[in-house]
Amino acid sequence: MKQLKSTLALATAAVVLSVTGFAHAGATLDGVKKKGFVQCGVSDGLPGFSVPDKDGKILGIDADICRAVAAAVFGDATKVKFSQLNAKERFTALQSGEVDVLSRNTTWTSSRDAGMGLVFAGVTYYDGVGFLVNNKLGVKSAKELDGATICIQAGTTTELNVSDYFRANNLKYTPITFDTSDESAKSLESGRCDVLTSDKSQLYAQRSKLANPNDYVVLPETISKEPLGPVVRKGDEDWFSIVKWTLFAMLNAEEAGITSKNVVAEAKSTKNPDVARLLGADGEYGKDLKLPKDWVVQIVSQVGNYGEVFEKNLGKSTPLAIDRGLNALWNNGGIQYAPPVR
Amino acid sequence: MQTKVGAPKQRLSLSDPRVRAWLFQIITVGLVVFMGWYLFNNTQTNLQHRGITSGFDFLERSAGFGIAQHLIDYTESDSYARVFVIGLLNTLLVSVIGIVLATILGFIIGVARLSSNWMINKLATVYVEIFRNIPPLLQILFWYFAVFLTMPGPRNSHNFADTFYMSSRGLNMPAAIGSEAFWPFVISVVLAIVAVLVMARWANKRFEATGVPFHKFWAGLGLLLVIPGACALIFGAPVHWEMPELKGFNFVGGWVLIPELLALTIALTVYTAAFISEIVRSGIKSVSHGQTEAARSLGLRPGPTLRKVIIPQALRVIIPPLTSQYLNLVKNSSLAAGIGYPEMVSLFAGTVLNQTGQAIEVIAITMSVYLAISISISLLMNWYNTRIALIER
Repeated sequence: MKQLKSTLALATAAVVLSVTGFAHAGATLDGVKKKGFVQCGVSDGLPGFSVPDKDGKILGIDADICRAVAAAVFGDATKVKFSQLNAKERFTALQSGEVDVLSRNTTWTSSRDAGMGLVFAGVTYYDGVGFLVNNKLGVKSAKELDGATICIQAGTTTELNVSDYFRANNLKYTPITFDTSDESAKSLESGRCDVLTSDKSQLYAQRSKLANPNDYVVLPETISKEPLGPVVRKGDEDWFSIVKWTLFAMLNAEEAGITSKNVVAEAKSTKNPDVARLLGADGEYGKDLKLPKDWVVQIVSQVGNYGEVFEKNLGKSTPLAIDRGLNALWNNGGIQYAPPVR
Repeated sequence: MQTKVGAPKQRLSLSDPRVRAWLFQIITVGLVVFMGWYLFNNTQTNLQHRGITSGFDFLERSAGFGIAQHLIDYTESDSYARVFVIGLLNTLLVSVIGIVLATILGFIIGVARLSSNWMINKLATVYVEIFRNIPPLLQILFWYFAVFLTMPGPRNSHNFADTFYMSSRGLNMPAAIGSEAFWPFVISVVLAIVAVLVMARWANKRFEATGVPFHKFWAGLGLLLVIPGACALIFGAPVHWEMPELKGFNFVGGWVLIPELLALTIALTVYTAAFISEIVRSGIKSVSHGQTEAARSLGLRPGPTLRKVIIPQALRVIIPPLTSQYLNLVKNSSLAAGIGYPEMVSLFAGTVLNQTGQAIEVIAITMSVYLAISISISLLMNWYNTRIALIER
């Protein structure tokens, strides 16, 4: 049961925080190497980001970030174990050390970055809050939602952003908050709420799970900035760098045109000095990160570059069919930009 | 010459049982204190080391999210402390309604199970066996998703005389808005209650002195109707009714019982009543049959026999386990997190914890609240139990 799970997570957090000794820089990497896998916190089922398939394998862009970290550390993308966490459980699970990295469509905010002992390692997906409504209501814009009942997932920034938006526009609403996104979706279908609100990517994902997806429409407004990315514990700079640069490596690989198909060949024969540094053919850039020399080759060959991972999980070939939009590379009309490896 | 014998020499030795007893107790207390200090200190150090904010300052900060049901005024700019009060009130609301309804229903079913009428008896048995044996969370989910959320939307709601509307948004009803005659009316009701109490005292005294019974119930009802009624005639209606009206997405105006509250209250009532009925049954069974026979041979009819002879004696057996059921009901109300009713656990230990990230403080507060509610109920019930206990003469 969810209840029991969150209670357990909290109890563990309290116990762990009270009895464990100091964490020190490098502790997470040592711990990960010792147990032989990366423990990764993902969502409780969000298509495109992290959702179990029929064999229980977790698919999605968030899950692939964790696989990439495992590939960088162990040279084996399968050395990762997933914990499915709901929005309320996620931070305590990370704070208490139950997971090594939280890659769970989590919004980067100042209070989470500074006050909770956590630190965001980057942005995997630039998102924003939107509204999903039933066609029957005939609503064309979020400004027409005065008096609406709105289903929200508890403990998210969405809860705050919706409240801000309605206050700013002098509209009234009634929030109904649920622990899991499935419960909110069920309540939208049953008519308990007029509107389901969440990050837009999630709305598309939720809509694809409804019985009659075509009866529902996502309103055009995006009411907030929701940069989603992986989170690690504060105070362990080594591990933070590994997660951060794993994401950067995937972006850099896409920018350099390195894909899972050509990465091995490129690593051997490239003439481009940028690519040579990235793929470890030149210099010892992996060593600075306490990673093997061929870490980027392992990431890209086993998981793919950022563009490949995006297309595989969210792109045109998937039921979500999300446009790259803001998430295109900087030289391609988007804002995804990674510092160079050198 | 005589040497002192008898009192052994006082010496600090481990062979002395008193010394040992003291020593062990001091060691135990010392260990407990040390463990407490160690856990507290270690938590503090770890929190500080990981850069997790601690302390209770967050209660002053503005919450910034909406809440579906609040018994006191609330806007998004109010503080987390106010959110806490709202969660607490919502928990208390469900608990109080649940306890009252479950007690009434439980007593009825419990008595029904002892009925000599075959039909009533079996129906009560079926009730108990069904509702006692299904986990409460499932019952809550059933009432919520299978009953209340399958109701039609607000535009096609079940309409009862244009006053009550039942839809998937809950039960909409007219709201009573106090008029100028409101306070005179309240005063008249208080007066009526005082009059009834005075009348009852007088009637009891006369009954004890002369043995002449007095129709206390009917006279009391008369007083309660006549005094406020007269007041309403003089000053006008104490309240006017604000009707719910369908406007835009939903009903506007009037009061609404949200489906989360309805589902939770019904599920907890029905579940707990099954246990209470068994407690009532066992309590009544514990009164020996001789009591009934004695009452009947004195000419008491079955109704008064039950009310005046059996139940007062049965209560002594009923009250202690009944207290546990009340506590269970309060604690089970935290299962509401599953259906989004904004009570303590879902609102405070859920949303607030997540928005602030201060797990230890929030969980500590929440646990203390449940502890405080439970202990209050226990104390109240213990007091009542002593009051009705058999006074031996």
